[in-house]
Amino acid sequence: MADIVIQAESLGKKYTIGHQAGNGSYVALRDVMMQNARCLWRKTRDLLRGKPIVQGDTTEEVWALKDLSFEIRRGEAVGIIGRNGAGKSTLLKVLSRITEPSAGRVTIKGRVASLLEVGTGFHPELTGRENIYLNGAILGMTRREIKSKFDEIVAFAEVERFLDTPVKRYSSGMYVRLAFAVAAHLEPEIMVVDEVLAVGDAAFQKKCLGKMGQVAQKGRTVLFVSHNLVAVRNLCSRVILLQGGELAEDGLTTHVIDKYLDLGREDKFESVWDDPAHAPGNHVCRLHSVCVRDESGMKANVIGSDQDFDIEIEYWNLRPNAKLGSTVVIFNQEGTCIFSSISNHDAHWHSKPRPAGLFRGACHVPRRLLNEGRYNITVILFSDNYSGVCRVDECVELEISDTGGVRGDFLGEVLGVVRPMLEWTVQYLTSETDSSRGLPHEH
Amino acid sequence: MSPESSCTPLKEPVLVIEPGRTEQNYWADLWRYRELFLILAWRDISVRYKQTIIGVLWAIIRPFLTMVVFTVIFGRLAGLPSDGNSPYALMVFAAMLPWSLFSTALGEASNSLIGNAHLISKVYFPRLIVPTATVVTAFVDFLISFVILLGLMAYYRFAPGWNILLLPVFIFLALLASLGPGLWITALNVKYRDFRYVIPFVVQFGLYVSPVGFSSNVIPEKWRMLYSLNPMVGVIDGFRWCILGGDIPIYRPGFAFSLVIVLFFLWLGISRFRRMEKSFADLI
Repeated sequence: MADIVIQAESLGKKYTIGHQAGNGSYVALRDVMMQNARCLWRKTRDLLRGKPIVQGDTTEEVWALKDLSFEIRRGEAVGIIGRNGAGKSTLLKVLSRITEPSAGRVTIKGRVASLLEVGTGFHPELTGRENIYLNGAILGMTRREIKSKFDEIVAFAEVERFLDTPVKRYSSGMYVRLAFAVAAHLEPEIMVVDEVLAVGDAAFQKKCLGKMGQVAQKGRTVLFVSHNLVAVRNLCSRVILLQGGELAEDGLTTHVIDKYLDLGREDKFESVWDDPAHAPGNHVCRLHSVCVRDESGMKANVIGSDQDFDIEIEYWNLRPNAKLGSTVVIFNQEGTCIFSSISNHDAHWHSKPRPAGLFRGACHVPRRLLNEGRYNITVILFSDNYSGVCRVDECVELEISDTGGVRGDFLGEVLGVVRPMLEWTVQYLTSETDSSRGLPHEH
Repeated sequence: MSPESSCTPLKEPVLVIEPGRTEQNYWADLWRYRELFLILAWRDISVRYKQTIIGVLWAIIRPFLTMVVFTVIFGRLAGLPSDGNSPYALMVFAAMLPWSLFSTALGEASNSLIGNAHLISKVYFPRLIVPTATVVTAFVDFLISFVILLGLMAYYRFAPGWNILLLPVFIFLALLASLGPGLWITALNVKYRDFRYVIPFVVQFGLYVSPVGFSSNVIPEKWRMLYSLNPMVGVIDGFRWCILGGDIPIYRPGFAFSLVIVLFFLWLGISRFRRMEKSFADLI
């Protein structure tokens, strides 16, 4: 078992903020003067006590981090997620020694390099070459290190031609590429990264993620704050969720990410539109309801991974002899499309003119297809020749919960967006363990 | 899954972060970041002359013109008396050198933290490096002016005695004299921005109070100890003694007193800075 490199015990960080009294309350000159005098007295008192001056009429204490305790082991890649204002950047600042905690303590074993911003210390007047040395030195690399990695850094950033131009002339893309290239070649024991991957174009982001992945695989401990859940999922084996400065969840990636996405989400069991006049659709057809039914025919939202289920769509046909159809599209919580299915294999009604009235279409989804997790369903109605009538996103939410069939005796996280049950065959070939002698021929 | 390393790693530093805990290995950290110190100084200097035509020549022209003005105005026009038999212009310039070193170093150090706010709030390094690097910048300016001084001495055909070999001591003293108050003021400046306005005034006032335009020998005997409360009195006297020779004796008790003041301010500056260092990122 790897040893603990970061141990936080009841970490807390407090800030004092000021509030201005509402303008409406102090109209009279006497009131304004009283308020100013009170303010001046408070500031003098703070000055004498050595406390910082806070602008405003009244002050309030805010705990950005509250009673945070966790342990991180050597070689772990841990993601830290949470809403804006949850305390993620504050936590990183405390771990990087940029600011001091107000309570609790952290014990860190090893050198920490933190990347809270790309291009820290870049001076616009200096050239790219000079800025590489400057930025590298600020991040903690020695001159010799930078020199030995110089060519790699320039190659990663793809700015060879512009190395001797002042950085103020760079495009924003070049700027962040250069900044990230320097930071990517740091080699600390513990690396702390704060949302800096949210820069640059798609190709560059992929490169950055790849580099981060390499760093994690080399056995370095990585703490990664991001809003990009796909990146977190790919990089991190463990995720910490912060909420309001407190530790809300700490565990396996999928589990914590799902909990995060749960926050503030309302569950949609089914969508029903009773009034045809206001239902989605047009003069040809209109949607009535969408729901999910389990094997027993009951409406359900949590389906076991070993169960079949049906996605049921009811819709009105308003124009006699219309040829209609529907499509269901399933997305996971991060917006990745898992699959879509069109109703053109239905034997009864596909490409046949339909009478006016209410129809029900059911899409049968087999068991052991989807991985466990939460999904949402989008429904599309179309008429003759697949001309679209309407599309309703996120009609119904669905949760697939693991009932054990595919995972067998494996207790960890099963990766992938689908979880099919595939057949494995294993054969015993020979007792030789030395491959140079060759294998006996298959008959 | 990360592979377990087969060999035990080198003894790693264990760091404990707690409110109110002073850093045990702060000085070791300072040594580890010693290159940053030079790089920040290099950055400040090289940025000055970017996109200029004559570039570095400006570094020479300014002190040169100052020296010419001094020689003409103070030497010829004003007709002020000089100490001993060295020319007046030389006496004043020999004092201007340490004074401008002190005032530039103090002024830049006082604003250094605020000026590097973007670094302070985003990266960790021992914050002591920031004001100390600005002192190095002032030193580089000093060196250029020193060359001009040598030129002036050649012009007056004034040969210095052996005393000039002790000049590095006084240069170092001048740097320490500016570092002490500089550290203290810059730390205070982060919290209470009033100090930004105090320094230019103090520097201007100090120029007239310090023995730059006159020799400290004109001060009556009974006030000399009190006069030595100004740390630059000892330094400037020392500079004059080194450059202009033994004609101008140093008032020893006064010098010792100035030395004590310099060291006191240095200690005060460093201790106050260290104490306030933890809250810089929150206040800046």
